[in-house]
Amino acid sequence: MKTLKLFSALVLVLTLSAFTINTEDKGYNVGDVATDFSLENIDGKMVSLSDYKDAKGFIVTFTCNTCPYAVAYEDRIEALNKKYASKGFPVIAIMPNNIDVKPGDNMKSMQQRAKEKGFTFPYLMDKDQEIYPQYGATKTPHIYLLEKTDKGNVVKYIGAIDDNYQDASAVKEKYVENAVDALLKGEAIKVNETRAIGCSIKV
Amino acid sequence: MKHFLLILLIFVLPVQDEKLEVYDYDGLEPLINQNDDKVHVVNFWATWCGPCIKELPYFEAINEKYDDDNVEVLLVSLDFPKKYDTALKPYIEKHKLKSRVVALNDTDQNRWIPAINENWSGALPATIIYRGNKRQFYEKSFTQEELETELKQFLKN
Repeated sequence: MKTLKLFSALVLVLTLSAFTINTEDKGYNVGDVATDFSLENIDGKMVSLSDYKDAKGFIVTFTCNTCPYAVAYEDRIEALNKKYASKGFPVIAIMPNNIDVKPGDNMKSMQQRAKEKGFTFPYLMDKDQEIYPQYGATKTPHIYLLEKTDKGNVVKYIGAIDDNYQDASAVKEKYVENAVDALLKGEAIKVNETRAIGCSIKV
Repeated sequence: MKHFLLILLIFVLPVQDEKLEVYDYDGLEPLINQNDDKVHVVNFWATWCGPCIKELPYFEAINEKYDDDNVEVLLVSLDFPKKYDTALKPYIEKHKLKSRVVALNDTDQNRWIPAINENWSGALPATIIYRGNKRQFYEKSFTQEELETELKQFLKN
C-alpha cells in the first residue's frame, strides 16, 4: 500500500510537471512579443499588424460566429473598436476554427455576420490554423492586448473582455477597457490576465 | 386563442415540470469536492457545444457500466439560463440522461475557472476525475476508450 501511495505520488508529480511544461509551451505569456501575420479579411484583402502604421497597439480577439459565448460578446467587441480604434488600439478579430468542423464559420458566414452586425473591425480567418496556436488561444472569445514597442508587439493582457459573459449590462469590471486605458495613460495594468469561459477552438 | 393557449400549455408544461438544479460556484463547489470513497467524474458541457455532445454518451456509458464500482458522473451544464427551458431540459429529456445534471450559473468566470482548476483556460469541454485527494483535470474531448483508460486509474484494483 505504501509503495502504491509513493507510486501514485510519483505519477502525480510527473503528470503535474508534464502539465507545467505544456502550459509553458502553449503560446504567449504577458510580456512576450507576439507574432505578426498575414490573414485574409472578409473583404478578400490580406491584413497584417504592420499595416497599421499609426497604431499604438492592438486588441487581438479570437472569435467566431458559432460559439454562443462569442456571439454574446459581439456587440461588446464592436464597442471596443468604436471606442479605441481612433485612440490607436483597433480590434483585430481572428476566426480560428477549422471550417470543415464548423461550416458556420466559413468565409461567407463571416461576411454575412459582419454585415448583419455592422462590424467596423477586420474579421480575419486563420485559414491554416497556424496563428492561434502561436498565441496560445484555446477558445472563443479569447483576447490578446498588444502594445507596439521597439521590440515588437508586446502582450500586455490575456483573457476575457469583462467579468460577465451573460449580460453586458451587469458587467462590474471591464478588463480590456481598463487595460487599454492604463496603456493610454502610461500606467501599469492592474489585472493583466483573466480566465474566460469559451468554446474550444475546433481543429 | 383559447385553443392556442391550451396547446401551448400542453407543450410547455411537461418541460417546465422537469426540475433543474442550478448553482452558483459556491453551490457547486461541494459537489465537485466530495470526500467519500467514490470515484467522481465531473464533465463541464453545454447543449450547443459540438464536442461536448459527441462525448456525452461516453459519460453516460461509464455512469452505467461502473455503477457497481462506486463511480458517479456529474454533468455540469454551462448553458445560458435563458436556454434552460428551451434547450437544456428538452435535451435531458430527449436523451434520457441518467447521470445527475446540474447547471452552473455564475458569471464571475475569472473566479471559478481557476478555482475549478488552475490549468483550465476556460474552454469547453472540460472534465475532472477525482477520488478523495487524487484528482486529474482534462481540458480536452475524450473517446470512449480514453475516458475508460483515465477512469481505470482511479478504480481500486
